Amino acid sequence: MSDYSAAAPAVTGRKSRRGLAEVLFRLRKSPLAMFGLIFILCLAFVAVFAGVLAPYPYQKQNLMHSYETPSRQFWLGTDEFGRDILSRLIYGARISLQVGFIAVGIALFVGGMLGAVAGYYGGWIDNGIMRLMDVLLSVPQTLLAIAIAASLGPGLFNLMIAVGIAAVPNYARIVRGSVLSIREMEFIEAARAVGSSDLRIILKHILPNSMAPIIVQSTLGVASAILNAAGLSFIGLGIQPPYPEWGAMLSGGRQYIRDYAHLTLYPGLAIMLTILALNFLGDGLRDALDPKLKR
Amino acid sequence: MIRYILRRILFLIPVLIGVAFCVFTLLYLTPGDPARMILGDMATENAIKEFRAKEGLDKPFLLQFGNYIYKAITQGDIGRSYITKRPVMNEIMATFPATLKLAAFAIVIAVVVGLPCGILSAIKQYSVFDTLAMIFAMIGLSMPVFWLGLLLILLFSVHLRWLPPSGFDTFKAMILPSLALSAQSISMITRMTRSSMLEVVRADYIRTARSKGQKESVVIWVHALHNALIPVVTLCGLQFGHLLAGAILTESIFAVPGVGRLMVESIKMRDYPVVQGGVLFVAVAFSVVNLLVDLLYAYIDPRIKAQYR
Amino acid sequence: MTDKTNTNTNDNLLLDIRDLTIQYVTDSGTVHAVENLNLRLGRGETLGFVGETGAGKTTTALGIMRLIPSPPGVVRSGKIIFEGEDLLEKSEAEMRAVRGGKIAMIFQDPMTSLNPVMTVDKQIAEMIKLHKNVGEAESLKLAGDMLELVGIQRERMRDYPHQFSGGMKQRVVIAIALACDPGLLIADEPTTALDVTIQAQVLELMKELKRQFDASMLLITHDLGIVADICDKVAIMYAGRVVEYADKRALYTSPLHPYTIGLFNSVPDLDEDKEALNTIPGLMPDPMDLPSGCAFHPRCTHATEECSKSKPPMVEAGPGHFVSCPVRAGLKAQGGE
Repeated sequence: MSDYSAAAPAVTGRKSRRGLAEVLFRLRKSPLAMFGLIFILCLAFVAVFAGVLAPYPYQKQNLMHSYETPSRQFWLGTDEFGRDILSRLIYGARISLQVGFIAVGIALFVGGMLGAVAGYYGGWIDNGIMRLMDVLLSVPQTLLAIAIAASLGPGLFNLMIAVGIAAVPNYARIVRGSVLSIREMEFIEAARAVGSSDLRIILKHILPNSMAPIIVQSTLGVASAILNAAGLSFIGLGIQPPYPEWGAMLSGGRQYIRDYAHLTLYPGLAIMLTILALNFLGDGLRDALDPKLKR
Repeated sequence: MIRYILRRILFLIPVLIGVAFCVFTLLYLTPGDPARMILGDMATENAIKEFRAKEGLDKPFLLQFGNYIYKAITQGDIGRSYITKRPVMNEIMATFPATLKLAAFAIVIAVVVGLPCGILSAIKQYSVFDTLAMIFAMIGLSMPVFWLGLLLILLFSVHLRWLPPSGFDTFKAMILPSLALSAQSISMITRMTRSSMLEVVRADYIRTARSKGQKESVVIWVHALHNALIPVVTLCGLQFGHLLAGAILTESIFAVPGVGRLMVESIKMRDYPVVQGGVLFVAVAFSVVNLLVDLLYAYIDPRIKAQYR
Repeated sequence: MTDKTNTNTNDNLLLDIRDLTIQYVTDSGTVHAVENLNLRLGRGETLGFVGETGAGKTTTALGIMRLIPSPPGVVRSGKIIFEGEDLLEKSEAEMRAVRGGKIAMIFQDPMTSLNPVMTVDKQIAEMIKLHKNVGEAESLKLAGDMLELVGIQRERMRDYPHQFSGGMKQRVVIAIALACDPGLLIADEPTTALDVTIQAQVLELMKELKRQFDASMLLITHDLGIVADICDKVAIMYAGRVVEYADKRALYTSPLHPYTIGLFNSVPDLDEDKEALNTIPGLMPDPMDLPSGCAFHPRCTHATEECSKSKPPMVEAGPGHFVSCPVRAGLKAQGGE
């Protein structure tokens, strides 16, 4: 294979794009990843401008029009209280994206710190932190989120905490792994030699160099956070009615599934497409950030 | 090998105590006084005080935890339901077989479907089959189990009327829940098998096998597959654990009388001891499965076996 | 001198590669791995195949075995005539009989060349069962014999590869390669991945076994010392082409191609008291974008304008001494040997 691999330096030598531009360039080559990126950007746009875009307020009941199938007036139909499903989905995007990103933010912050400290200092600190992570990892993530959410009680904020904390071990592990592999490299030695503080070395040198796996895991993490949050809301933990969380909407509509399937079809479709988009994007990013993995 | 197994079991104990500690802490922090929850609103202050003393609820936190662990290990007592007043262990034991069966069916479906799909995808990389399989796998990964469950009910129970939408007593009734639950695992196993195969097929020892003049079919099915299976086996174990957790949602959709539905009902009734007992129980089951998988792993990978001899 | 040249007559010719061109077609361009390569190997000979990493040596070897990964590899043109038959014309089934049975290969990295989940005796026996008409038990017994032959105790035959050191693994790989008495052994940098002390042992073993099995050998290396040690003939490869092909003695005493001379100059010499090694200026060209004409001309001190225009043909500058450099070949002719 030596002849084949010899082509690699030539390729990188020719394309001089660096960093983000290079990643975006490679990402553009994957139509699925681009679909994911565009979908998420659109969804974010819709979520931000929900107030302007939604045809009706999400909580506006109209019992004259309950259980209506999709029509000109109600594009995706109405639910048991005559609320416009499309409007509720649009507002729901706001909640789902919030939960997804903030939960991952929490997980990334807590897990990243723990992992960086564990990897950087090693020894008993590392041992203590990672054994705790092992304990948390020995509970399936969904179940951990359920346990935490059940203790904290329902509510948007508690939902984010529960989903976020449940994901902490994933990030702790990834960051620790990257830190361990980078710690011994020469430029870290150099930084230490010129007297940089530990915190500075971690923040300025080690974390930026472990970005690639973190970005990928975070993208996929937002997907699983949204999925987990919807699941929790579905079983009655998390967001409570009348807030239009997608999982809660599904849960509310399921008893009418025999006669009014559209109550469950659209919220489910919204969840699935969002997760799908994030997964495609995450996969695409993985390939774009680590060209060695892809042939 | 025996020593390795014993050591692994020994390592399991601190992890399980750690899980119990987390679960117990969560329960401890949950608002609401257990004594009042069990005795009801009508109970007198005196009765509550007496109950707290009897159950050790007036003791410091760590002592209570020690007591909890002690009772859990010696008597299998992990508290009482606030609602039914029965021991949590009894409630779980009554429902666990259904959950185990559901997860077992699902993992069997996942392996039977996912493994061949993954292998075929890898062999025919970039073919139409591969592309379709990868897109379907991605959809499967992105499909919320509760939505998939509802769709299956809609199609097979409401429209086609082939299969019952709920229950778990007959084989027919088991099909839909197992199918819904397995979708994610099918996707994971397909993807993992494919990428593992693709990596292994490029390995030097595969080239060695080809350079011996070995048939391509033997190269793939004997040399490559055995090596590619190693990470897949790990994944299957992990998946089985996740299936136990995923069963919580599936069971509540299909009204399967398992631990998951018990937990969901208990969450709705604020019956926290049952919820936490369920979490602990599933965590133990998950750890035991992982242990078994590690042992199997050592069996199929001689490098690991040698490490632990 | 005269009888040496006679080894290239047809009945003694084992391998004759003519005009072989192999490319890797990738998204980012076409890699010209091997370009119009010509090579001859007589029976019983050992040919040293020398060049830098990326010169196309391994691709040539895999091409002979018809094991070029495809995609992206494509054999564009040429003939690989082995024992009078063109290997490129053979069906896959016929080729399987050749691989291992008539041509065996030893790979560069013994650490990864053996299947980690299979005991070594089974890996040797697999080869034996494929090419000899023997049963399971007999093949395992023969596998044990082969292990002993390469200096590994028979008791260790049920061990897995990870239980052996690098040098031992390479011995196992050699045992596999020789198990079916192949006429041609291709060794792709068989010692590069090993410790220096182990290298000598493995080379010695290969030399001895090659003689014992009466096989021909194509030894790929970038180490001119190894070539001097065990080869009869040498082919120097640069950017996918053979630039010089000669008898070892001729090549070492009067190298002609500027690249060959550059290679020799960059070898440290203990006898000479030099301050710095003479390195060849410049870098290997990008195999996706080879220079026009002679691929070496941008780095060549002898280059004329003509060199950048047309590809230099192989010229027989002396008996059995071929060089693809008209400038140098001409000089030699004028010098009148």
